[in-house]
Order: sequence, then structure tokens, then C-alpha cells
Amino acid sequence: MNSEKINCAGFGGQGVMLIGQLLAYAANEEGFNTLWYPSYGPETRGGTANCSVTISKQPVNSPVISKADSIIIMNKPSLDKFEDKVRPDGKIFINSTLVNKKVNRSDVEVFYIPVNDMAAELGNPKVANLIMLGAYLESTKLFEDEVIIKLLKKSFGENKAHLIPINQQALQAGRIFIRQ
Amino acid sequence: MAKVMMKGNEAMGLAAIKGGCRAFFGYPITPQNEIPEYLARVMPEYGGVFLQAESEVAAINMIYGASGAGVRSMTSSSSPGIALKQEGITYIAGAELPCVIINVMRGGPGLGGIQPSQADYKQVTRGGGNGDYYLLAFAPENLQETVNIVKEAFDLAEIYRNPVMIAVDGLIGQMMEPVDVDMEIPKREIPEKTWATTGTLGKRERNVVNSLYLDPQALENHSLKLKAKYDLMREKEQRYELVNVDHSEIVIVAYGTMARICRSAMEILNEKGINVGLLRPISIYPFPEKAFAELPSTVKGLLTCELSTGQMIDDVKIANNGKLPIGFFGRTGGMLPEPEEIVDAVIKMIGGMKNE
Repeated sequence: MNSEKINCAGFGGQGVMLIGQLLAYAANEEGFNTLWYPSYGPETRGGTANCSVTISKQPVNSPVISKADSIIIMNKPSLDKFEDKVRPDGKIFINSTLVNKKVNRSDVEVFYIPVNDMAAELGNPKVANLIMLGAYLESTKLFEDEVIIKLLKKSFGENKAHLIPINQQALQAGRIFIRQ
Repeated sequence: MAKVMMKGNEAMGLAAIKGGCRAFFGYPITPQNEIPEYLARVMPEYGGVFLQAESEVAAINMIYGASGAGVRSMTSSSSPGIALKQEGITYIAGAELPCVIINVMRGGPGLGGIQPSQADYKQVTRGGGNGDYYLLAFAPENLQETVNIVKEAFDLAEIYRNPVMIAVDGLIGQMMEPVDVDMEIPKREIPEKTWATTGTLGKRERNVVNSLYLDPQALENHSLKLKAKYDLMREKEQRYELVNVDHSEIVIVAYGTMARICRSAMEILNEKGINVGLLRPISIYPFPEKAFAELPSTVKGLLTCELSTGQMIDDVKIANNGKLPIGFFGRTGGMLPEPEEIVDAVIKMIGGMKNE
């Protein structure tokens, strides 16, 4: 990989910022240049939110991404907004639990992943974003789960250490879904 | 030290502490809130003062007091908040006190919006308040440069006994990038603070912090003394970066996030066989006029790019002194251009120059 540009979009509260942050943190751990930047209005939970992540061997120039290599779509308004913002032969990862629409383009690779349903099956609806991250990482082969788990352990600390296994399962569930 | 991922605002907070800041006074406003949030948590660990004031006006006057007592002090805000602080800033400049002010710029005028902007350029580079004064002002483009300048700003403020402003657009405050907060900065000789109001202990004449001179001759003398400082800044503190100007007919002039977007546009243009250079002001007061003198004679035009409707372009015109045609591209109100928009502006300018 020389560089990867990602847009990640959804409702505030779905963890779209965290998906992007984990990718950027992992990129820094693995020795890449990276830049993460969020875009959201004054709303908090429930408003629309998205972030852009650039991962590159070269220094990162423009923080603004005009054509992404991959986009992660967690809700329907985000698909409408970002569908045209991925380059030809790029990848679109869609949360098909909440997006009951197909992508109109035929020049991109699309993955429909019911991450909310899958998270409910795992017993914790909050890990839908980690399932999505697992699916993304399996498809792009960008980073191993170990890198992500190491970052989560650091961020969770001792108080939330008990949440590590469920997040590990979520990443795995995303990967298995893509493999099948 | 290895680079760690930090949000711009937090990195600026930590850089201030590393630069010796031991007093922070502020009032909340988006998109700079992570600066006071971070310092509220961390400043006490360093034995410093963090205080959330009741207003911007109160915060800047607390800076006036703290820096008058010789403490390295900082305030931060965003555009409308910086506008409110202008009275205090001109008093501080008039009384020749050092301090650091961070402006994480958002769209204006008025309350404007909360998205990134460079529309405070004139306010930052023309002093901002009343009277014959200027701020030493920097506009870095990435987090490493920002952190280094914030640290250095505390030295520069004391060397010149003048407020230093770091003006970044909101994106630099909100983004995360790998950064090394402990990177070495140039060591400079810092004069002793013989002017600070620290108590005479009955052993010396009292020091007075004041910006009031009712005798016009005294005020003229004072203003000329200030002017000599600004002349010295113009001589010594111009900072800029020239990229790929040697083989380019067009040179883009841009700073901050806009400069980074232009760098991506330059790569796209290069793939099309069009060589474009970049003149990037890092200090915006003093404006880097020296950089324009360095441009080779092969340069045929300048394209000023800003996140405003065109403010720095006036300084570009002064520095250019009628030599080259100057084009402009801008987005404002919090809108950020895609690199392709700059590409189009460059191609359009080349086409226009051929037709003439």
C-alpha cells in the first residue's frame, strides 16, 4: 500500500469517529504518515458526523479528500452524500441493517454488512462499529487485529478491560463475514 | 521521542506548557475548546494557573495582569472571541507586555459559523485593536510546525515584549496528526524581566504597567519606540517556505491548511506536466516580503489562495510591487476546496496569461 484515503460517515453516536481514529492511531503505530479530521455540526448524538483519514508512506498534504479509496457508510443519509465520493475501483462498506438501498454505481466494489444485527447477535449493540472495522481491515488487509486491540487496551485502561473480548469478537465477526 | 497522535488543540495546549506557560485564562468557544479543556486537566500538574473567566474581556485582562507580573501566560479563542479580546490586546501591546494568543479561526463575520476559515487575516496582521501597533503573528500548516511555533512564541513574546498570535484555521485545531512535542526549538537569549511588577521589597523603584500617555510628545516617542520593534521584527522574523519555484511559471501563495490543499493540487498538476511552485508564508506579520525577492525571473504569475474572499492578497500585492500579474482563488464561510478546484484555477490563470 502506498496510500489509503478513507471517509467514514454515519449518525453521531454510531462510533464513526472512533473507526477513523483507530485507523489513524494504527497507522502511526505501524510507521505511516497519517491525518484524521472530523466534520460535524453543533449537534451531538443523532446528528450526522463523518471523518476523513489519510494513511500514506509520503507526507500527507491535503486533509480534504476529493476521491476516497474506501468509504464506510453507517446510515442512509451518508450513502446519499458520499456515494459519488469514492474513486472508480474503490470500495464501499455499507451497514445494511440501517441502509435498505443498493449502490447505484457499477464501477466500485460494494460490501453489504448488517453490522447492527451482527452486534445484537454478539450481545452488545455498541460494537457495530468494530464489526465494520473488522470487515474493512479484512478486505483491505491494512492492519492486523492485534494492533487495534493493543490500542483499545491502552485507551480502555483497567476499568474497561472487561470490554476487550467483545471488541475482539466484533473485529473477528467482521472479518469472517468478508471471508464468506 | 517518537511521534504521538494528538488533536491539534490538545497539542497546542501541551506545547504551551512545554514553552513555559504557567497561566491560562480563557472562555469557551468552538472550535478551540479542547485547548482550555486540556489545560484545565494538565496545568495544575505543572503548578500553573488555569482559570475559566466569565467572559473573553475578563480573560484577556487577566492575561494583562499575569504577564505584567512576569508570568508566561496564554489565552486562546476563536474568531468572534478574539474580536472581543481586542481592547485588552491593544493595552498589552501598548504596555509592552509579552503574551501568547491562539486564534483557531472559524467563519465570520459576526458569530459566523464553526467550520475552518482564514477570514481573520487582516484583523491578525493589522494589530486588531486601536493604535499604532502590531502583533508578531504566525500561521503554521501542520501540527509539528504549530507545536514548535507555540513553544517558541513564549520566547519571542519576551524578546520583543509584545503579544504573539498563532492563527490557525479550525481544521488544524480539530485534526489529529503524529507530533513530537519535545522537538528542539532554536535557543535564543531571553532578556531579564526588569519591567515586571513583582514587588520592590523596598529595594528598587516601582515598575509601572501602563498604556496611557496624556502628553502627545511622550506618546509619539512611545509609538516610535514600538515602531522600531516592528521594524526589527520585519528584519529578523520573516518566515516562509519556497517549494518548487525554480522551474515554475506560476507560484501559488498560500498558508495554513490552504497551503496543504495546494500541495496536493501541485502533485495533480505535475502529473499533467504543469510545474507549479508554492510560496508559503509562515509568519504573516511580518509578511515574508523577502520571499518574493527570491523568486526567479522565470516566474510569470502569482496565484493567491485563501480560505477567505481575499485578504492576504493585499500583502501579496505590496510585496509583489506591481511586478507580476496576481490571480486569486478563495473559499470562505467554512467551506474547504478540493485540490481539483485549485488545479482548475491554475489552468485558468495559465490560459488567461497566454491570451494576453
